[in-house]
Amino acid sequence: MRTLRLLGLGWVFHMKMLTRSAFNSILGIIYPLFFATIAFFMFRAGDDPKPLLYASLGAAVMGIWSTTSTSAGAAMARERWHGTLELLVAAPTHFALVLLPVTIAMASIGIYSMAATLLWGWLVFGIDLHILHPVEFVLAVPATVLSIGALGFLLAVAFVRFRQAWALGNMLEYPVWLVSGFLVPLSLFPGWVRPISWILAPTWGINAIREAALGGAALDDIVMATLLGGVYTLAGIVLVNRALKIARTRATLSLT
Amino acid sequence: MTSARIFFFGGLASYRALFGWLSPWVFIPSLLVAPIFQILLFVYIGRSAKLESDEFYVIGNALQYAAIPCLFAMTQTIAGERYQQTLGFILITPARRLPLFLGRALPVVTNGFFVAAFALLVGGAIVGIHVPLSAYAPIALVTAVSAFSCTGLGLVNAGLGFIVRDTSVLSNIIFGLLLVLSGANVPIDQLPGWMQSISSGIPFTHGIEAARRLADGAALGDVGGLVRREAIIGVGYGAFGYAIIRALEVVGRRNATFDRA
Repeated sequence: MRTLRLLGLGWVFHMKMLTRSAFNSILGIIYPLFFATIAFFMFRAGDDPKPLLYASLGAAVMGIWSTTSTSAGAAMARERWHGTLELLVAAPTHFALVLLPVTIAMASIGIYSMAATLLWGWLVFGIDLHILHPVEFVLAVPATVLSIGALGFLLAVAFVRFRQAWALGNMLEYPVWLVSGFLVPLSLFPGWVRPISWILAPTWGINAIREAALGGAALDDIVMATLLGGVYTLAGIVLVNRALKIARTRATLSLT
Repeated sequence: MTSARIFFFGGLASYRALFGWLSPWVFIPSLLVAPIFQILLFVYIGRSAKLESDEFYVIGNALQYAAIPCLFAMTQTIAGERYQQTLGFILITPARRLPLFLGRALPVVTNGFFVAAFALLVGGAIVGIHVPLSAYAPIALVTAVSAFSCTGLGLVNAGLGFIVRDTSVLSNIIFGLLLVLSGANVPIDQLPGWMQSISSGIPFTHGIEAARRLADGAALGDVGGLVRREAIIGVGYGAFGYAIIRALEVVGRRNATFDRA
Protein backbone atom coordinates (compact mmCIF):
# COMPACT_ATOMS: atom_id res chain seq x y z
CA MET A 1 0.00 0.00 0.00
CA ARG A 2 2.84 2.33 0.92
CA THR A 3 4.59 1.44 -2.34
CA LEU A 4 1.47 2.14 -4.38
CA ARG A 5 1.04 5.47 -2.59
CA LEU A 6 4.63 6.39 -3.38
CA LEU A 7 4.24 5.44 -7.04
CA GLY A 8 0.95 7.34 -7.28
CA LEU A 9 2.24 10.49 -5.60
CA GLY A 10 5.45 10.35 -7.61
CA TRP A 11 3.42 10.10 -10.80
CA VAL A 12 1.18 13.06 -9.89
CA PHE A 13 4.16 15.15 -8.82
CA HIS A 14 6.09 14.53 -12.03
CA MET A 15 3.01 14.98 -14.22
CA LYS A 16 2.60 18.44 -12.68
CA MET A 17 6.24 19.27 -13.33
CA LEU A 18 6.16 17.98 -16.91
CA THR A 19 3.04 19.94 -17.78
CA ARG A 20 4.88 23.11 -16.73
CA SER A 21 7.66 22.36 -19.22
CA ALA A 22 7.13 23.72 -22.73
CA PHE A 23 9.46 21.07 -24.12
CA ASN A 24 7.62 18.15 -22.55
CA SER A 25 4.07 19.42 -22.86
CA ILE A 26 3.61 21.83 -25.78
CA LEU A 27 6.29 20.31 -28.00
CA GLY A 28 5.30 16.80 -26.92
CA ILE A 29 1.83 17.48 -28.30
CA ILE A 30 2.76 19.47 -31.40
CA TYR A 31 5.82 17.56 -32.64
CA PRO A 32 4.08 14.24 -33.46
CA LEU A 33 1.41 16.24 -35.33
CA PHE A 34 3.98 17.10 -38.01
CA PHE A 35 4.67 13.43 -38.62
CA ALA A 36 0.97 12.60 -38.47
CA THR A 37 0.24 15.34 -41.01
CA ILE A 38 2.87 13.99 -43.40
CA ALA A 39 1.55 10.45 -42.99
CA PHE A 40 -2.02 11.63 -43.60
CA PHE A 41 -1.00 13.47 -46.76
CA MET A 42 0.99 10.47 -47.99
CA PHE A 43 -1.71 7.89 -47.30
CA ARG A 44 -4.50 10.16 -48.56
CA ALA A 45 -2.69 10.45 -51.87
CA GLY A 46 -3.11 6.68 -52.13
CA ASP A 47 -6.94 7.12 -52.25
CA ASP A 48 -7.56 4.26 -49.84
CA PRO A 49 -9.29 5.36 -46.61
CA LYS A 50 -8.33 2.22 -44.65
CA PRO A 51 -4.60 3.07 -44.34
CA LEU A 52 -5.61 6.58 -43.28
CA LEU A 53 -7.38 5.25 -40.19
CA TYR A 54 -4.47 2.83 -39.64
CA ALA A 55 -2.05 5.78 -39.82
CA SER A 56 -4.22 7.92 -37.56
CA LEU A 57 -4.09 5.38 -34.72
CA GLY A 58 -0.37 4.77 -35.26
CA ALA A 59 0.48 8.45 -35.34
CA ALA A 60 -1.58 8.96 -32.19
CA VAL A 61 0.54 6.47 -30.24
CA MET A 62 3.80 7.83 -31.69
CA GLY A 63 3.53 10.75 -29.29
CA ILE A 64 3.58 8.44 -26.26
CA TRP A 65 6.91 6.99 -27.33
CA SER A 66 8.19 10.37 -28.44
CA THR A 67 7.63 12.04 -25.06
CA THR A 68 9.23 9.07 -23.30
CA SER A 69 12.28 8.42 -25.45
CA THR A 70 13.45 12.02 -25.61
CA SER A 71 13.25 12.55 -21.85
CA ALA A 72 13.64 9.18 -20.15
CA GLY A 73 17.23 8.62 -21.27
CA ALA A 74 18.32 11.59 -19.21
CA ALA A 75 15.96 11.05 -16.25
CA MET A 76 18.74 9.98 -13.88
CA ALA A 77 21.25 12.41 -15.32
CA ARG A 78 18.77 15.23 -14.66
CA GLU A 79 18.62 14.37 -10.96
CA ARG A 80 22.41 14.42 -11.01
CA TRP A 81 22.46 17.91 -12.58
CA HIS A 82 19.92 19.14 -10.04
CA GLY A 83 22.06 17.77 -7.23
CA THR A 84 19.20 15.63 -5.94
CA LEU A 85 20.50 12.20 -6.97
CA GLU A 86 22.39 11.54 -3.73
CA LEU A 87 19.36 12.52 -1.63
CA LEU A 88 17.06 10.24 -3.60
CA VAL A 89 19.48 7.31 -3.46
CA ALA A 90 20.05 7.82 0.28
CA ALA A 91 16.30 7.83 0.98
CA PRO A 92 14.96 4.67 2.68
CA THR A 93 12.73 4.01 -0.35
CA HIS A 94 14.25 1.93 -3.14
CA PHE A 95 15.49 4.25 -5.89
CA ALA A 96 13.59 2.30 -8.56
CA LEU A 97 10.32 3.35 -6.92
CA VAL A 98 11.41 6.96 -7.26
CA LEU A 99 12.49 6.68 -10.89
CA LEU A 100 9.65 4.53 -12.25
CA PRO A 101 6.90 7.16 -11.75
CA VAL A 102 9.10 9.70 -13.53
CA THR A 103 9.20 7.71 -16.77
CA ILE A 104 5.57 6.63 -16.49
CA ALA A 105 4.62 10.30 -16.12
CA MET A 106 6.65 11.03 -19.27
CA ALA A 107 4.68 8.36 -21.15
CA SER A 108 1.41 9.63 -19.67
CA ILE A 109 2.03 13.10 -21.12
CA GLY A 110 1.84 11.29 -24.47
CA ILE A 111 -1.89 10.77 -23.91
CA TYR A 112 -2.36 14.49 -24.60
CA SER A 113 -0.48 13.97 -27.85
CA MET A 114 -2.59 10.92 -28.65
CA ALA A 115 -5.83 12.84 -28.16
CA ALA A 116 -4.49 15.82 -30.12
CA THR A 117 -3.45 13.63 -33.06
CA LEU A 118 -6.80 11.84 -33.24
CA LEU A 119 -8.57 15.20 -33.04
CA TRP A 120 -6.26 16.67 -35.70
CA GLY A 121 -6.95 13.73 -38.02
CA TRP A 122 -10.68 14.12 -37.52
CA LEU A 123 -10.88 17.91 -37.82
CA VAL A 124 -8.37 18.53 -40.60
CA PHE A 125 -8.35 15.29 -42.57
CA GLY A 126 -11.87 14.02 -41.82
CA ILE A 127 -10.70 10.69 -40.40
CA ASP A 128 -13.65 9.30 -38.43
CA LEU A 129 -12.70 7.10 -35.51
CA HIS A 130 -15.34 4.63 -34.41
CA ILE A 131 -14.06 2.58 -31.50
CA LEU A 132 -15.71 -0.81 -31.92
CA HIS A 133 -14.53 -2.30 -28.62
CA PRO A 134 -14.49 0.64 -26.18
CA VAL A 135 -13.79 -1.48 -23.08
CA GLU A 136 -10.73 -3.07 -24.66
CA PHE A 137 -9.66 0.35 -25.96
CA VAL A 138 -9.85 1.78 -22.44
CA LEU A 139 -7.69 -1.11 -21.23
CA ALA A 140 -5.27 -0.92 -24.15
CA VAL A 141 -4.34 2.76 -23.70
CA PRO A 142 -3.12 2.53 -20.06
CA ALA A 143 -1.44 -0.81 -20.80
CA THR A 144 0.47 0.88 -23.63
CA VAL A 145 1.35 3.91 -21.52
CA LEU A 146 2.56 1.79 -18.60
CA SER A 147 4.61 -0.54 -20.79
CA ILE A 148 6.22 2.36 -22.66
CA GLY A 149 6.89 4.07 -19.34
CA ALA A 150 8.55 0.86 -18.13
CA LEU A 151 10.68 0.80 -21.28
CA GLY A 152 11.65 4.40 -20.53
CA PHE A 153 12.62 3.31 -17.01
CA LEU A 154 14.88 0.63 -18.47
CA LEU A 155 16.48 3.18 -20.81
CA ALA A 156 16.98 5.66 -17.99
CA VAL A 157 18.85 3.05 -15.98
CA ALA A 158 20.73 1.53 -18.92
CA PHE A 159 22.07 4.93 -20.01
CA VAL A 160 23.12 6.04 -16.55
CA ARG A 161 26.81 5.74 -17.32
CA PHE A 162 26.54 8.00 -20.38
CA ARG A 163 26.89 11.70 -19.77
CA GLN A 164 24.92 12.54 -22.91
CA ALA A 165 22.14 10.02 -22.33
CA TRP A 166 19.54 12.41 -23.76
CA ALA A 167 21.14 12.08 -27.20
CA LEU A 168 20.86 8.29 -27.07
CA GLY A 169 17.22 8.61 -26.06
CA ASN A 170 16.59 11.00 -28.96
CA MET A 171 18.27 8.57 -31.31
CA LEU A 172 15.80 5.82 -30.40
CA GLU A 173 12.73 7.88 -31.34
CA TYR A 174 12.70 7.05 -35.07
CA PRO A 175 13.82 3.39 -34.85
CA VAL A 176 11.01 2.46 -32.44
CA TRP A 177 8.45 4.38 -34.51
CA LEU A 178 9.66 2.36 -37.45
CA VAL A 179 10.03 -1.21 -36.17
CA SER A 180 7.01 -1.13 -33.85
CA GLY A 181 4.74 -0.67 -36.84
CA PHE A 182 3.22 2.66 -35.85
CA LEU A 183 2.82 3.72 -39.46
CA VAL A 184 4.16 0.83 -41.48
CA PRO A 185 2.88 -2.79 -41.39
CA LEU A 186 5.54 -5.12 -39.99
CA SER A 187 5.10 -7.36 -43.04
CA LEU A 188 7.01 -4.77 -45.11
CA PHE A 189 10.22 -5.25 -43.10
CA PRO A 190 12.87 -7.91 -43.64
CA GLY A 191 12.37 -11.05 -41.52
CA TRP A 192 15.21 -10.24 -39.12
CA VAL A 193 13.40 -7.12 -37.95
CA ARG A 194 10.38 -9.07 -36.60
CA PRO A 195 12.06 -10.45 -33.43
CA ILE A 196 13.18 -6.91 -32.59
CA SER A 197 9.60 -5.73 -32.96
CA TRP A 198 8.31 -8.53 -30.74
CA ILE A 199 10.49 -7.60 -27.77
CA LEU A 200 9.31 -4.00 -27.95
CA ALA A 201 6.21 -3.29 -25.87
CA PRO A 202 5.11 -0.43 -28.19
CA THR A 203 4.55 -3.05 -30.94
CA TRP A 204 1.98 -4.86 -28.79
CA GLY A 205 0.57 -1.61 -27.45
CA ILE A 206 -0.24 -0.17 -30.88
CA ASN A 207 -1.59 -3.57 -31.98
CA ALA A 208 -3.89 -3.62 -28.96
CA ILE A 209 -5.14 -0.10 -29.60
CA ARG A 210 -5.71 -0.80 -33.29
CA GLU A 211 -7.47 -4.10 -32.67
CA ALA A 212 -9.69 -2.53 -30.02
CA ALA A 213 -10.58 0.40 -32.25
CA LEU A 214 -11.09 -1.58 -35.44
CA GLY A 215 -12.93 -4.54 -33.95
CA GLY A 216 -10.26 -7.24 -33.59
CA ALA A 217 -9.09 -9.24 -30.59
CA ALA A 218 -7.03 -6.89 -28.43
CA LEU A 219 -6.72 -8.82 -25.17
CA ASP A 220 -3.70 -10.92 -26.20
CA ASP A 221 -1.82 -7.78 -27.23
CA ILE A 222 -2.78 -6.02 -23.99
CA VAL A 223 -1.45 -8.98 -22.00
CA MET A 224 1.80 -9.06 -24.00
CA ALA A 225 2.36 -5.31 -23.60
CA THR A 226 1.75 -5.58 -19.86
CA LEU A 227 4.03 -8.60 -19.52
CA LEU A 228 6.84 -6.91 -21.40
CA GLY A 229 6.36 -3.83 -19.23
CA GLY A 230 6.83 -6.08 -16.19
CA VAL A 231 9.98 -7.59 -17.68
CA TYR A 232 11.42 -4.13 -18.41
CA THR A 233 10.67 -3.06 -14.83
CA LEU A 234 12.39 -6.12 -13.33
CA ALA A 235 15.39 -5.71 -15.62
CA GLY A 236 15.52 -2.03 -14.69
CA ILE A 237 15.49 -2.83 -10.96
CA VAL A 238 18.36 -5.28 -11.43
CA LEU A 239 20.33 -2.65 -13.34
CA VAL A 240 19.56 0.05 -10.75
CA ASN A 241 20.87 -2.17 -7.95
CA ARG A 242 24.00 -2.92 -9.92
CA ALA A 243 24.60 0.72 -10.89
CA LEU A 244 24.09 1.95 -7.33
CA LYS A 245 26.37 -0.73 -5.90
CA ILE A 246 29.15 0.26 -8.29
CA ALA A 247 28.55 3.96 -7.63
CA ARG A 248 28.74 3.42 -3.85
CA THR A 249 31.86 1.28 -4.12
CA ARG A 250 33.69 3.79 -6.32
CA ALA A 251 32.09 6.92 -4.85
CA THR A 252 31.04 8.04 -8.32
CA LEU A 253 27.31 8.65 -7.85
CA SER A 254 27.46 12.37 -8.53
CA LEU A 255 30.12 12.13 -11.21
CA THR A 256 29.22 12.10 -14.87
CA MET B 1 41.41 43.00 -40.95
CA THR B 2 39.91 42.91 -37.43
CA SER B 3 36.53 42.11 -38.95
CA ALA B 4 38.05 39.26 -40.96
CA ARG B 5 39.65 37.85 -37.80
CA ILE B 6 36.37 38.10 -35.92
CA PHE B 7 34.60 36.43 -38.83
CA PHE B 8 36.97 33.45 -39.21
CA PHE B 9 38.65 32.89 -35.85
CA GLY B 10 35.82 34.26 -33.74
CA GLY B 11 33.30 32.17 -35.64
CA LEU B 12 35.31 28.97 -35.33
CA ALA B 13 36.17 29.54 -31.67
CA SER B 14 32.61 30.36 -30.68
CA TYR B 15 31.30 27.38 -32.62
CA ARG B 16 33.71 25.05 -30.86
CA ALA B 17 32.95 26.66 -27.51
CA LEU B 18 29.21 26.70 -27.94
CA PHE B 19 29.30 23.12 -29.09
CA GLY B 20 31.86 21.98 -26.60
CA TRP B 21 29.17 19.53 -25.62
CA LEU B 22 29.03 18.24 -29.19
CA SER B 23 31.08 15.19 -28.33
CA PRO B 24 30.91 12.01 -30.43
CA TRP B 25 28.28 10.80 -27.93
CA VAL B 26 26.02 13.60 -29.15
CA PHE B 27 27.19 14.03 -32.71
CA ILE B 28 26.91 10.39 -33.80
CA PRO B 29 23.42 9.58 -32.45
CA SER B 30 21.90 13.01 -33.19
CA LEU B 31 23.47 13.97 -36.48
CA LEU B 32 24.61 10.73 -38.12
CA VAL B 33 22.29 7.93 -36.93
CA ALA B 34 19.01 9.84 -36.54
CA PRO B 35 18.87 11.10 -40.16
CA ILE B 36 19.36 7.56 -41.44
CA PHE B 37 16.35 6.39 -39.44
CA GLN B 38 14.32 9.40 -40.57
CA ILE B 39 15.08 8.37 -44.14
CA LEU B 40 14.15 4.75 -43.44
CA LEU B 41 10.92 5.76 -41.69
CA PHE B 42 9.70 7.75 -44.67
CA VAL B 43 11.00 5.29 -47.24
CA TYR B 44 8.88 2.59 -45.60
CA ILE B 45 5.84 4.85 -45.19
CA GLY B 46 6.29 5.71 -48.87
CA ARG B 47 6.42 2.03 -49.81
CA SER B 48 3.31 1.40 -47.72
CA ALA B 49 1.44 4.33 -49.27
CA LYS B 50 2.82 3.51 -52.75
CA LEU B 51 3.31 7.19 -53.41
CA GLU B 52 6.85 7.92 -54.60
CA SER B 53 10.15 6.11 -55.21
CA ASP B 54 12.72 5.41 -52.49
CA GLU B 55 15.03 7.97 -54.11
CA PHE B 56 12.40 10.67 -53.54
CA TYR B 57 12.46 10.14 -49.76
CA VAL B 58 16.20 9.56 -49.44
CA ILE B 59 17.05 12.86 -51.14
CA GLY B 60 14.24 14.80 -49.47
CA ASN B 61 15.00 13.69 -45.93
CA ALA B 62 18.79 13.77 -46.24
CA LEU B 63 18.78 17.40 -47.36
CA GLN B 64 16.05 18.43 -44.93
CA TYR B 65 17.92 16.93 -41.98
CA ALA B 66 20.54 19.66 -42.40
CA ALA B 67 17.91 21.75 -40.61
CA ILE B 68 18.85 20.16 -37.28
CA PRO B 69 22.43 21.47 -37.14
CA CYS B 70 21.59 24.68 -39.01
CA LEU B 71 18.64 25.71 -36.85
CA PHE B 72 19.87 24.51 -33.48
CA ALA B 73 23.45 25.69 -33.87
CA MET B 74 22.49 29.18 -35.00
CA THR B 75 19.99 29.49 -32.17
CA GLN B 76 22.77 28.73 -29.73
CA THR B 77 24.47 31.90 -30.94
CA ILE B 78 22.16 33.82 -28.62
CA ALA B 79 20.51 31.23 -26.36
CA GLY B 80 23.74 29.34 -25.67
CA GLU B 81 25.57 32.52 -24.68
CA ARG B 82 22.69 33.48 -22.39
CA TYR B 83 22.71 30.02 -20.80
CA GLN B 84 26.42 30.39 -20.07
CA GLN B 85 25.85 33.98 -18.93
CA THR B 86 28.24 35.37 -21.51
CA LEU B 87 25.72 37.14 -23.77
CA GLY B 88 26.22 40.48 -22.05
CA PHE B 89 30.00 40.26 -22.44
CA ILE B 90 29.66 39.46 -26.15
CA LEU B 91 27.30 42.36 -26.78
CA ILE B 92 29.31 44.89 -24.81
CA THR B 93 32.34 44.41 -27.07
CA PRO B 94 33.02 46.99 -29.79
CA ALA B 95 33.27 44.18 -32.38
CA ARG B 96 31.27 44.79 -35.53
CA ARG B 97 28.10 42.75 -35.38
CA LEU B 98 28.10 41.57 -39.00
CA PRO B 99 31.35 39.54 -38.81
CA LEU B 100 30.52 38.56 -35.24
CA PHE B 101 27.27 36.81 -36.12
CA LEU B 102 27.97 35.78 -39.70
CA GLY B 103 31.28 34.27 -38.62
CA ARG B 104 29.32 31.93 -36.41
CA ALA B 105 27.21 30.90 -39.39
CA LEU B 106 30.10 29.60 -41.50
CA PRO B 107 30.91 26.48 -39.42
CA VAL B 108 27.18 25.84 -39.15
CA VAL B 109 26.79 25.76 -42.94
CA THR B 110 29.77 23.40 -43.19
CA ASN B 111 28.38 21.09 -40.55
CA GLY B 112 24.89 21.14 -42.09
CA PHE B 113 26.38 20.24 -45.45
CA PHE B 114 28.36 17.36 -43.93
CA VAL B 115 25.33 15.95 -42.08
CA ALA B 116 23.13 16.09 -45.18
CA ALA B 117 25.84 14.62 -47.44
CA PHE B 118 26.49 11.77 -44.99
CA ALA B 119 22.76 10.99 -44.72
CA LEU B 120 22.41 11.06 -48.49
CA LEU B 121 25.34 8.73 -49.12
CA VAL B 122 24.71 6.25 -46.30
CA GLY B 123 20.90 6.38 -46.50
CA GLY B 124 21.08 5.97 -50.27
CA ALA B 125 23.46 3.00 -49.94
CA ILE B 126 21.24 1.27 -47.34
CA VAL B 127 18.07 1.71 -49.35
CA GLY B 128 19.85 1.00 -52.62
CA ILE B 129 19.09 4.02 -54.79
CA HIS B 130 21.06 4.67 -57.95
CA VAL B 131 22.45 8.14 -58.56
CA PRO B 132 24.67 8.70 -61.61
CA LEU B 133 28.30 9.45 -60.73
CA SER B 134 28.14 12.65 -62.75
CA ALA B 135 25.39 13.93 -60.47
CA TYR B 136 27.38 13.73 -57.23
CA ALA B 137 29.24 17.05 -57.58
CA PRO B 138 26.16 19.09 -58.59
CA ILE B 139 24.13 17.47 -55.79
CA ALA B 140 26.92 18.38 -53.35
CA LEU B 141 26.66 21.99 -54.54
CA VAL B 142 22.88 21.98 -54.10
CA THR B 143 23.29 20.45 -50.62
CA ALA B 144 25.71 23.21 -49.63
CA VAL B 145 23.36 25.90 -50.94
CA SER B 146 20.46 24.32 -49.02
CA ALA B 147 22.51 24.24 -45.81
CA PHE B 148 23.39 27.91 -46.39
CA SER B 149 19.75 28.74 -47.00
CA CYS B 150 18.60 27.03 -43.79
CA THR B 151 21.35 28.72 -41.82
CA GLY B 152 19.79 32.00 -42.95
CA LEU B 153 16.55 30.85 -41.34
CA GLY B 154 18.62 29.79 -38.35
CA LEU B 155 19.80 33.38 -38.00
CA VAL B 156 16.15 34.49 -37.75
CA ASN B 157 15.69 31.79 -35.11
CA ALA B 158 18.77 33.07 -33.30
CA GLY B 159 17.35 36.59 -33.25
CA LEU B 160 14.13 35.31 -31.74
CA GLY B 161 16.32 33.81 -29.03
CA PHE B 162 16.46 37.32 -27.56
CA ILE B 163 12.78 37.14 -26.68
CA VAL B 164 12.00 33.39 -26.57
CA ARG B 165 13.26 31.53 -23.53
CA ASP B 166 12.78 27.92 -24.71
CA THR B 167 14.52 28.09 -28.07
CA SER B 168 14.74 24.30 -28.43
CA VAL B 169 10.93 24.18 -28.66
CA LEU B 170 10.93 26.87 -31.34
CA SER B 171 13.69 25.11 -33.31
CA ASN B 172 11.83 21.80 -33.18
CA ILE B 173 8.63 23.43 -34.41
CA ILE B 174 10.46 25.07 -37.32
CA PHE B 175 12.08 21.71 -38.12
CA GLY B 176 8.64 20.07 -38.18
CA LEU B 177 7.22 22.79 -40.42
CA LEU B 178 10.13 22.36 -42.84
CA LEU B 179 9.53 18.60 -42.84
CA VAL B 180 5.89 19.09 -43.84
CA LEU B 181 6.22 22.03 -46.21
CA SER B 182 9.54 21.57 -48.01
CA GLY B 183 8.39 18.68 -50.16
CA ALA B 184 10.82 16.32 -48.46
CA ASN B 185 8.09 13.69 -48.13
CA VAL B 186 4.88 15.04 -49.56
CA PRO B 187 5.03 16.13 -53.21
CA ILE B 188 4.37 19.86 -53.29
CA ASP B 189 1.40 19.43 -55.65
CA GLN B 190 -0.31 17.22 -53.05
CA LEU B 191 -0.30 20.05 -50.51
CA PRO B 192 -3.17 22.54 -50.23
CA GLY B 193 -2.70 25.78 -52.19
CA TRP B 194 -1.86 27.93 -49.17
CA MET B 195 0.78 25.44 -48.08
CA GLN B 196 2.29 25.46 -51.58
CA SER B 197 2.60 29.25 -51.34
CA ILE B 198 4.54 28.92 -48.09
CA SER B 199 6.65 26.11 -49.55
CA SER B 200 7.97 28.33 -52.30
CA GLY B 201 9.39 30.76 -49.74
CA ILE B 202 11.17 28.44 -47.32
CA PRO B 203 14.60 26.77 -47.35
CA PHE B 204 15.02 23.32 -48.90
CA THR B 205 11.99 23.35 -51.23
CA HIS B 206 13.97 24.37 -54.30
CA GLY B 207 17.15 22.60 -53.21
CA ILE B 208 15.39 19.28 -52.75
CA GLU B 209 13.66 19.62 -56.11
CA ALA B 210 16.96 20.47 -57.80
CA ALA B 211 18.74 17.51 -56.16
CA ARG B 212 15.98 15.12 -57.27
CA ARG B 213 16.20 16.37 -60.85
CA LEU B 214 19.98 16.04 -60.82
CA ALA B 215 19.68 12.46 -59.52
CA ASP B 216 17.31 11.77 -62.40
CA GLY B 217 19.94 12.89 -64.89
CA ALA B 218 19.39 16.62 -65.31
CA ALA B 219 22.42 18.87 -65.84
CA LEU B 220 23.35 21.58 -63.35
CA GLY B 221 22.38 24.22 -65.89
CA ASP B 222 18.87 22.76 -66.04
CA VAL B 223 18.33 23.38 -62.34
CA GLY B 224 20.24 26.68 -62.17
CA GLY B 225 17.03 28.61 -61.53
CA LEU B 226 16.11 26.40 -58.57
CA VAL B 227 19.59 26.69 -57.06
CA ARG B 228 19.54 30.47 -57.48
CA ARG B 229 16.13 30.69 -55.78
CA GLU B 230 17.37 28.54 -52.90
CA ALA B 231 20.39 30.82 -52.48
CA ILE B 232 18.27 34.00 -52.68
CA ILE B 233 15.94 32.61 -50.00
CA GLY B 234 18.97 31.98 -47.80
CA VAL B 235 20.28 35.52 -48.33
CA GLY B 236 16.82 36.92 -47.62
CA TYR B 237 16.41 35.03 -44.35
CA GLY B 238 19.99 35.82 -43.37
CA ALA B 239 19.46 39.54 -43.88
CA PHE B 240 16.15 39.44 -42.05
CA GLY B 241 17.71 37.45 -39.23
CA TYR B 242 20.57 39.91 -38.90
CA ALA B 243 18.08 42.78 -38.80
CA ILE B 244 16.10 41.01 -36.05
CA ILE B 245 19.26 40.42 -34.03
CA ARG B 246 20.27 44.08 -34.27
CA ALA B 247 16.77 45.32 -33.46
CA LEU B 248 16.27 43.00 -30.50
CA GLU B 249 19.76 43.73 -29.23
CA VAL B 250 18.73 47.37 -28.96
CA VAL B 251 15.50 46.39 -27.20
CA GLY B 252 17.39 44.08 -24.82
CA ARG B 253 19.92 46.80 -24.04
CA ARG B 254 17.18 49.35 -23.39
CA ASN B 255 15.14 47.05 -21.15
CA ALA B 256 18.08 45.21 -19.57
CA THR B 257 16.61 41.86 -20.58
CA PHE B 258 19.58 40.06 -22.18
CA ASP B 259 19.67 37.44 -19.47
CA ARG B 260 15.95 37.19 -19.00
CA ALA B 261 14.26 36.52 -22.34
